[in-house]
Amino acid sequence: MNQHLLTICYLIGSITFILGLKMLSNPASARKGNLLAAGGMSIAIFGTIFLFSYDENGTTHYLGNYIWIFAALIIGAIVGTLAAKKVQMTAMPEMVSLFNGMGGACAALISIVEFNHLSKELGATPTVEMIQHVQPTVLIIVLGLIIGSVSFAGSMIAWGKLNGKVKDFSFTGQNVLNMVVLAAALGLAVYMIFNPQQHMLLYAILGLSLFYGIFFVMPIGGADMPVVISLLNSFTGVAAACGGFLYDNKVMLTGGILVGAAGTLLTILMCKAMNRSLKNVLIGSFGGNKKGVAGVAGAQGEHKEISLSDAAMVMSYANKVLIVPGYGLAVAQAQHTCHELEKILTEKGVEVKYAIHPVAGRMPGHMNVLLAEADVSYDILMEMEQANDEFPTTDVVLILGANDVVNPAAKSDPASPIYGMPILDVEQAKTVIVNKRSMKPGYAGIENDLFFRPKTSMLFGDAKKVLQDLCTEIKNA
Amino acid sequence: MNQVLNFITSNQEIIYTVILMIFVGIEIIEKVPSVLHTPLMSGANAIHGVVIIGAIIVMGKAEQDNYLALALGFIAVLLGTLNVVGGFVVTDRMLEMFKKKK
Repeated sequence: MNQHLLTICYLIGSITFILGLKMLSNPASARKGNLLAAGGMSIAIFGTIFLFSYDENGTTHYLGNYIWIFAALIIGAIVGTLAAKKVQMTAMPEMVSLFNGMGGACAALISIVEFNHLSKELGATPTVEMIQHVQPTVLIIVLGLIIGSVSFAGSMIAWGKLNGKVKDFSFTGQNVLNMVVLAAALGLAVYMIFNPQQHMLLYAILGLSLFYGIFFVMPIGGADMPVVISLLNSFTGVAAACGGFLYDNKVMLTGGILVGAAGTLLTILMCKAMNRSLKNVLIGSFGGNKKGVAGVAGAQGEHKEISLSDAAMVMSYANKVLIVPGYGLAVAQAQHTCHELEKILTEKGVEVKYAIHPVAGRMPGHMNVLLAEADVSYDILMEMEQANDEFPTTDVVLILGANDVVNPAAKSDPASPIYGMPILDVEQAKTVIVNKRSMKPGYAGIENDLFFRPKTSMLFGDAKKVLQDLCTEIKNA
Repeated sequence: MNQVLNFITSNQEIIYTVILMIFVGIEIIEKVPSVLHTPLMSGANAIHGVVIIGAIIVMGKAEQDNYLALALGFIAVLLGTLNVVGGFVVTDRMLEMFKKKK
């Protein structure tokens, strides 16, 4: 009876995952979709704890060690909720990466425990039949170990990079070394499948996979981290599916493969939003030296500054103002002040809209989330193509801490690491005002010619402070 | 060769599931707007936390005196819970921002 109940629990789990993911891809139903999947997950988890049974030596056993299981569940739930609730909106991407790494580590640990179990059964000198019998299991265990640990190590590096703890790092021949390490791990894996009694090799594979995970993410530029996290996310999905194979567990299998497939497609969609190929992201941006050349190549004149009162004046007498938000806005937590400015300008009869680049901020959709938090209406958020049509009729473009997404080098300089990425054509507008904290280059580490163009004026300072002052100035004007 | 064929035949149910799931996964998110890329990734991230079920099974099966399995299983369940709970809560927080206005 319990067995049948568990099957139903798993069935519910699988269906809610599919429906949840489907609902997550539509803004109107996204939140419900997430809750639905969470509900299905709870049913599957508690079903497993209380209903799972297995046969050993002819008798049916239920799972034991409840104290341990619940202790881990409760600690994990409390820490996870607190971490997720406390995290700043700007740090969301890091958090996703961190949680993804936890999942990868979980899959790798399962593989290690299951292999230890298996090698005890095999003993030191197994017969040929015994080896043949366990080969498929060993294959799955080793696969889960490799994918899980690559995902874990990679996610940790991505997490460190996004919060600035880990710097970009690459050396000549790193690609070759990475390939050699991966080949070594896979080679050892194949050897293990035929010689499963060599159980110490498992730790060698673990070490190589961790090494590969670290050095695979290390050289990729910080601006490409969302793509990498999405890719590692789908890796973890596949690692979870390996667990599904291992226990012939349908909910793990379907959930894992679902995320593996959807995650891979999502990775490709993200690359498309930046007009780059996945290969280009993973290998192309390795040239640390290329960046330096691109930076110097553009002839740089003087940038000119604009005073607060002038900026306020220009904006309040404009017909149409487009705001381009970027990471600077997110860091300064200036979304509410930005909305304030938008309202004041609108009251003065100025048409205000936002131009959202798909990869502005640290993640696709980052800006939308941020502005939605400040109650900015959907109707005035424009996607890139729409915005590019509007720039020629725009009087003032106010750039708030965005840099790479408005860098003209993406169109004109083939040596630039962001060459080919579609950008917001802010130069089509009459005036461009750029708010930045300093002249330091953006996240991709490249100079931006836009700041030196005659149409452009710089308005230095923290986005929130500057916006507050602008609001006061415009009100008083 | 025979072994491979045997493997396919005896696991055909799983192989079918995998193939169908790949298509489902691709199909259902094909039309996602770029606004939702991040929440979708985060939601998918929480769903692969289903790996925790494997961890629970490992933990539940571990013998009382097998301290290695107990310790590793405990860590695995803990990490899996972080993935699931943290993942869903973070996604919800992101999507909370999309709520209807006016």
